[in-house]
Amino acid sequence: MTTARVIHPSSRAARNAGTATPGPKKRANHTLSYLFLGALVVYFLIPMWWLLVASTKDVGGLFNGSSGALWFDKVFALGPNLVTLFTYNDGIYLRWMGNSLFYALTGGIGATVLSVLAGYGFAKFRFAGRRVSFAILLGSVMVPLTALVIPTFILLSGLGLTDTVWAVILPSLLNPFGVYLMQVYAADAVPDELLDAARVDGAGEIRTFFQVAFPLLRPAFITVLLLSIVGTWNNYFLPLAMLSNTQLFPITVGIGLWQGQASANNSGGESLWGLIIVGSLVSVIPLVIAFLSLQKYWQGGLSIGSLK
Amino acid sequence: MANAPATAAQGRRTSSTRPPGARADRAGGGTRSTKHGSNQRRRSATGWLFIAPFAIVFLVFLVAPLGYAFYLSLFSKGLATGTAFTGLDNYVTAFTDPSFLNGVWFVVRFAVVLIPVQMAVSLAVALVLDAITSRFARFARLMIFLPYAIPAVIGALMWGFLYSPTFGPLQQIFGAFGADAPFLLSPDNVFYGLMNVVTWQWAGYYMIIIYAALQGIDPTLYEAARIDGASTWQIALRIKVPLVSSALVLILVFALIGTLQFFTEPQILIYVSNGTITPDFTPNIYAYNQAFAYANFNYASAISFALGIVVFIAVYIFLFFTRKRGSILS
Repeated sequence: MTTARVIHPSSRAARNAGTATPGPKKRANHTLSYLFLGALVVYFLIPMWWLLVASTKDVGGLFNGSSGALWFDKVFALGPNLVTLFTYNDGIYLRWMGNSLFYALTGGIGATVLSVLAGYGFAKFRFAGRRVSFAILLGSVMVPLTALVIPTFILLSGLGLTDTVWAVILPSLLNPFGVYLMQVYAADAVPDELLDAARVDGAGEIRTFFQVAFPLLRPAFITVLLLSIVGTWNNYFLPLAMLSNTQLFPITVGIGLWQGQASANNSGGESLWGLIIVGSLVSVIPLVIAFLSLQKYWQGGLSIGSLK
Repeated sequence: MANAPATAAQGRRTSSTRPPGARADRAGGGTRSTKHGSNQRRRSATGWLFIAPFAIVFLVFLVAPLGYAFYLSLFSKGLATGTAFTGLDNYVTAFTDPSFLNGVWFVVRFAVVLIPVQMAVSLAVALVLDAITSRFARFARLMIFLPYAIPAVIGALMWGFLYSPTFGPLQQIFGAFGADAPFLLSPDNVFYGLMNVVTWQWAGYYMIIIYAALQGIDPTLYEAARIDGASTWQIALRIKVPLVSSALVLILVFALIGTLQFFTEPQILIYVSNGTITPDFTPNIYAYNQAFAYANFNYASAISFALGIVVFIAVYIFLFFTRKRGSILS
């Protein structure tokens, strides 16, 4: 039925050997392929290149620069820009970054732990109500989560929880797709015989899970963790609706706030635009580094969802 | 919750499992049970134990908000009358409200145009990356994926800057040819301006999913096809694409759900669009403004609930048809 796809190193090697046979026609194809890829790389990098270049400009260079939008100005002001960014408004920027990190880690880890437990439960236990509840879970994957934001806000405001960190963290724990991924993975990766053997040896269910099942689930765990952390870090609508105290804002809502202020007073906002630009640059660095350094974890894991 | 039908289904599968009610009776009566049976029952309880933490979050943050939103949507707040029960009036209002309908029409049109383009781009890139292996291909794969790691807020901001006549390069480029640059957030262009932002943001993620599925195909299939005289193109279109069709369906569902609840990008670009992006641009933006600008929570709940239902039905219909077609094709 459902099989998680795993990349076999041997099959890759075999394929490379197959495609390595050169021929004139194939080489022409490859030139086209490289042009296509090259053009796409330029397209995907242009916004980030612009951001990097603009971060090095002072206000004058940004608004009346002579070297164009995509090249550095005479004045290289990245250092002063960073100092302004980190000191502006008592260093609120660092506070926002810290909040984002806090929400992403707590929400992400929490959602992943719930997912791995529930996914394992659905995959490896036969119990009353399992089929119906799994069908409900699958249906809930189709519910747009942003449609829940305003209802959740109203619900939490009744409990006096809005404008607290809980209003951001608790709804982030909901990740039906993560449960689904874990269920699919656990069904294949954890053999029933292994669990039975552990039980026969007298291990309790909890111990069986932690010592036998969890090590086998680790690849999917890391994938779901990454997806949940990115999801929470990038979330905008939920914290925007829940929070009004700027001290609690994550970086996405904070930069959105600056952008609104900069647009509202067009003349006085000039220095704020510079802050927004360098702030955007700094804010993407942690996740970009995380993705570049954790490549081997997410590249294999993302295929779990694409099943036959 | 819905225990009875599940128990019935369960009973058919494993005869040793008893319905929970019977189990309580037996336990109360102190009847001896076989070792196998007691194991089964203990494990049934353990299964629920593993699911319980998620189930609680599910009930509190998905079922309860949906239920509460539906409840709230049945009331209306009048200036003189206060809050009163009005039944489905809010839905009648919503489905005759041009603001809501135009928003729905926009996201539906947007999904219909955007998703095929996005899928075509990500599928093409994945096929190319699957065919060539080199350091540059690996680099390209990473760079194309990178926008996924960038928050939609920042992505929209960057493109907003690039579109802007003050900050962006477009004026310069078009100026070199003596022409005026188009403003990609003008009423005529905003559709394409937003499409570009979303494609940039998500195509790489979809590409990686398709690419991973392609890497999972057994390469001996290609050898067999090549011996039968199939060209590289034929292998790509006749073997690779059909074999990754389940990944394509998954992506389509993601893209559909994501597009219909479009919020972040237009919300961020409101400020720089010179009024093109209105407070009722998409259903989600409209609901947000009804709730937080007008404190009209009853109507906002109705819109949220209606949007949720519309998305759910759209995805359900889509899945139904792809399943049908898939079974006909195979």
